[in-house]
Amino acid sequence: MMVTAGIDVGSTYTKAALIGSSGHLLSTGIRHTGFKLEQAAEGALRQALEEAGAGREDVTYLATTGYGRNQVGSRDVQVTDLTAQAWGTRYFFPGTRTVLDIGGQTMKAMRLDETGKVQSFRLNDKCAAGTGAFLEKTARYLGYGIQEIGPMVEYAREPVPISGVCAVFAESEVINHVSNGAQPADIMHGAMTSLIERSVRLMKRVRMEPEFTLVGGIMRFPTMVRVMREQLGQSVNVPPEHLVQFTAAIGAAILAGRRLKKLGEPAQAVLSP
Amino acid sequence: MSYAAGVDVGSTQTKAIIVDEDGAIVGRSLLPTGANVVAAAEHAFATALADRGLSEDEVGFVIGTGYGRYRVEFGDTQITEIVCHARGAAAMFPDTETVLDMGGQDTKAIRIKKGGDVLDFCMNDKCAAGTGRFLQSAAAALEMELADLGPTALKGQRPVKISTTCTVFAESEVLSWLARGKRIEDILLGVHESIASRSFALLRRVGIQGEITFTGGVTRNEAMVAVMNQILEAEMNVSEESHYMGALGAALFALERIHKGREPLRPREEVSA
Repeated sequence: MMVTAGIDVGSTYTKAALIGSSGHLLSTGIRHTGFKLEQAAEGALRQALEEAGAGREDVTYLATTGYGRNQVGSRDVQVTDLTAQAWGTRYFFPGTRTVLDIGGQTMKAMRLDETGKVQSFRLNDKCAAGTGAFLEKTARYLGYGIQEIGPMVEYAREPVPISGVCAVFAESEVINHVSNGAQPADIMHGAMTSLIERSVRLMKRVRMEPEFTLVGGIMRFPTMVRVMREQLGQSVNVPPEHLVQFTAAIGAAILAGRRLKKLGEPAQAVLSP
Repeated sequence: MSYAAGVDVGSTQTKAIIVDEDGAIVGRSLLPTGANVVAAAEHAFATALADRGLSEDEVGFVIGTGYGRYRVEFGDTQITEIVCHARGAAAMFPDTETVLDMGGQDTKAIRIKKGGDVLDFCMNDKCAAGTGRFLQSAAAALEMELADLGPTALKGQRPVKISTTCTVFAESEVLSWLARGKRIEDILLGVHESIASRSFALLRRVGIQGEITFTGGVTRNEAMVAVMNQILEAEMNVSEESHYMGALGAALFALERIHKGREPLRPREEVSA
């Protein structure tokens, strides 16, 4: 068996994906990143290999991406988050021109050309109000865990306005709303709406155009996707729920395959060190 | 004999001060604000009265200040905390022309005329970075008591450079420094320096002039005082009363109202009805 692998070492989770020789996704693996990045990367890769019934020796090329990409010693190449995300997104939706990626501690918007090249991007990693951490904090102020956000917000009737300026200031806002009798589901819906408004502003700054594809862990909440569709007045693509966190790892694995193919071509092989 | 009172309902703590006819402090209290803001204000007032064995009838005028000032339902009127901190600082340190108020959720730089009139102010109204909350996050991450942070930071020799702006992300940065083997005292010194440099930037925006008086809850933290003094190349005025400065200012304004024999802006009967 011959596979190429991609590992996305993110701030919260480390994800691995394997692509077979036909160019199709074989399996995925995931670990908490923690502080031992190399261990998390190997763990996620091992899980993906087991799922595919492959061994470590079957990996012909390994590409890493994400904030810890240069800390994985066994990598053959590292690629930037943006490139990996662009390729991973287009694996699912080849017509994608605007990508929004909301992670635990970052929010990224980028515009691609028709070949998938990144034309423009904007990034927020300075402020938790524009990231998944905002929803996590809001849930915690309400006394709910991250796992409960999805089911809970389904009961929302009307969003309570949450200013969304600062994830810390949100605490007093949430407490005020609760003491005024607002429902947790409506407050959560309000927090999601405010996060989406922020992401639309970021997407406008890259001069967004359809098709839109949303990636990142929190897009597994249907409410997020629905609010985004309403705000854009457009349909949006979302990868299958169980793969939504893996797009960058998938993109890295695809790029690993392309790199390997290039190395196999005689002219390139001479040039490469 | 008629007393006057100020109740400062902050985001984190509620302070009450009672002064006699000469403006001398005769009773004080300090309580966590918690979720029930109205009860916190009542409780703080009652505790300050009990401190001196006074009854409510002996207090001629009560002024509420701080973010929860409109929840001081027994108060005769409200004044913003900016004006109250300025008034309190000028009373304790008459040569004050610059005030730095560092509280649980916000930091304010205030320029005043000698005597207490506010000329200009600047605050972090959009973001909790550089406030006492940053210290709370660090304490939570390190599982330490807030009161132990200052003494520990003072032992630091080689402060780490804290790169995150956002208070929410600071928690994981503190842990990552710990995982990389940095000493707790050096991490904490770095945390204090990061807050101090943001406060210094705020002060510069209003202009630093004359004596600088430090007010608010963070004045209790010796390391913050030391680091601020170092950056300012000056000794800030700090006293036992610094933590109560907003409440003191409010109480002194209340005393003025009694002396001027002015009608309360909001009659008490109306409030209790």
